[in-house]
Amino acid sequence: MKKTQYNVTFGGIGGQGIITASELLGWAALYDRYSVKKSEVHGMSQRGGSVESHVRFGKGVFSPLLGAGQADFLLCFHEDEHARLALFLKDDGVDLFEWLDKAQAMIDNPKMLNTALMGVLAAYLPIQQPSWDRAFETVFPEKIRRHNQDIFNKARQAAQTAMNPKKRGRDFKNEEMIYDLERND
Amino acid sequence: MDKNCIFLQQVRMAGKTSFEKAFLSGNEAVARGAWEAGLKTAAAYPGTPSTEILQSLSAYPELTVQWSVNEKVAFEVAYGAAVGGVRSLFACKHVGLNVAMDPLMTASYAGVEAGFVVVVCDDPGMHSSQNEQDSRWVGVFSKLPVLEPSTPAEAKMFVAEAFTISEKFDTPVIMRLTTRISHSKEDVTLGQRVEVEPKPLVPNMQKYVMVPKIARMRHEVIEKRLDKLRAFSEKTRLNKIERKDAKLGFITSSVSYCYLKEAFPDASYLKLGFLYPFCDEKIKAFAASVKKVVVVEELDPFIEDHIKALGIRKAKFKHPSFRLGEFDPGLIGEVVAGNERNIQPMPVRPPRLCAGCPHWAVFTVFKKLGLFVAGDIGCYTLGSLPPTSSLHTCICMGAGVTFNEGLRLAHPDGKIVGVVGDSTFVHSGITGLINAAYNKAKGVIFILDNSTTAMTGGQPHPATGRTIRDEPTKLLDLAELCKCCGADHVDVIDPVGHIKALEELVRKRIDQDALSVIIAKHPCVLKKKK
Repeated sequence: MKKTQYNVTFGGIGGQGIITASELLGWAALYDRYSVKKSEVHGMSQRGGSVESHVRFGKGVFSPLLGAGQADFLLCFHEDEHARLALFLKDDGVDLFEWLDKAQAMIDNPKMLNTALMGVLAAYLPIQQPSWDRAFETVFPEKIRRHNQDIFNKARQAAQTAMNPKKRGRDFKNEEMIYDLERND
Repeated sequence: MDKNCIFLQQVRMAGKTSFEKAFLSGNEAVARGAWEAGLKTAAAYPGTPSTEILQSLSAYPELTVQWSVNEKVAFEVAYGAAVGGVRSLFACKHVGLNVAMDPLMTASYAGVEAGFVVVVCDDPGMHSSQNEQDSRWVGVFSKLPVLEPSTPAEAKMFVAEAFTISEKFDTPVIMRLTTRISHSKEDVTLGQRVEVEPKPLVPNMQKYVMVPKIARMRHEVIEKRLDKLRAFSEKTRLNKIERKDAKLGFITSSVSYCYLKEAFPDASYLKLGFLYPFCDEKIKAFAASVKKVVVVEELDPFIEDHIKALGIRKAKFKHPSFRLGEFDPGLIGEVVAGNERNIQPMPVRPPRLCAGCPHWAVFTVFKKLGLFVAGDIGCYTLGSLPPTSSLHTCICMGAGVTFNEGLRLAHPDGKIVGVVGDSTFVHSGITGLINAAYNKAKGVIFILDNSTTAMTGGQPHPATGRTIRDEPTKLLDLAELCKCCGADHVDVIDPVGHIKALEELVRKRIDQDALSVIIAKHPCVLKKKK
């Protein structure tokens, strides 16, 4: 079956950069001309509470939130939140939790954890490199952008290498998913 | 790039026609839509989930925007501008609208010269609020039209429509969002700004001096206005019918529509965007055209009660247990089936005061001295959680000051103190302090001054001496102000690193037969990081 929609659940605790990560994916999907929606709960998250975000792009996306068993990818930055959010994952969804430790090993600054994990996720997504680059320009301040992009590319490379070659990101690319630009008119 | 300006990043999309898009939250879309509609001025007090509306508007240099000291003031300033003849907007969270109810109720009678939109953001599920009130009832109470978008893209379109409706029907217009719309993002198509000419200032006392004689006449006018709005509700494109399967139809609004569209893609829909006054004929015709009709809405039975009043017997409604909390795609099937809510959400990690927060020191002292602490709304409300567990009431903005007085009426010798933040004190604590002095109340009021409105993300206020655009302005001196209000003692102390001194000061003041204010002043750790 052709994939027409990508659904990602992000989870972690306040301060880990979940919102920035989901923001990056949202803009990258937009620049890649997908219809995209994002939802998050960040009321008091800056005070160390749970943070959860959903990003959805592709065809037929109405709801900004995902329900149980609807996420294609689960990207958790913390063990507790992984336990809490695991129910969102589809039966055949991809849980990227095993990458948490590996991602931590790739970075010299804990603030870059989100970027490294986004690199891992990017290996599975059909979004083109120029769109990621533009998203970095939009979301990251200039002085930390270059360093974050390097971490992102390194992590993506590592994930692509580790992955079954059949499942590499570019093979997901499906021209039918290109967003119908006339939707809102 | 400034985070607040992110939505100004525009994307030129190649396609059949070239147009610009951006990835906007509901709040950013409201700001963008208002700006495109020729908005001139806007006012608000910060409050989750509404804060980003004004923050986003402040990025447009041609607009006059302000953080006001509270919602009543913000409403009056913005409404005054609309009476003066320029398009204007007031934004608040649901409980903020309560603070602005006084001017709102009579603004309905007086009407406008230029468009005036009241954006209210409800918080179903109470992600960061003290109650779960459903602001749609305010439309009925104030006799004002209520618009309700389902998505950020709609929010942008609806706000422009709201300005048109406001001017056409000479009325303030309420636009109601929820957290799930304010804080969701999607790709939104951008348009150009339309300049709207300001109207001249011409006295019209028969319309704007609300003494009884005039108010009686105006009440007649607004009852007629409601009739006209009802007729408009029947034909506006904001109330949209989507005909598909005639076996199942939904009458719905807000984000519920989005959840339903994925769960029941083949059903027919009546999506109410112009919610109040209701489009009775459209509702009856739609209900008659489908075999089964289900009403789906979050929180109170607002649409439900009206449909019952219309006598549509076949309509089905949610179980009353779903009047609490928000919906999500996992619950929507249960809601439609009329089942009782039995899914308990997974426990979430609670928020807490940040590491290095200056409030820790103050609450450590409260705990040690075993004080009864009348609390208020802000980060320091988290002092109620372990390990300090030393905040015992939290009702509304400003009540930290007044509850000290009230509790002491019941227990004159109680070890009671009041706690309020700097921004909250300016919002509605000042009047409480004057009241305490005037009525000879005693006790200790703490102003936890971290020099920002921290809980909503760090907005400036009068005691920071900065404006919404971070320009310098007149600085409100809290210590001098408290003396003027009638406090017998005003102490200013840095709590960080001075716990012992703070403890001694509290011991001394609490035993005195006096009204004292202790300003615990230390900047917010998050602010220092910036």
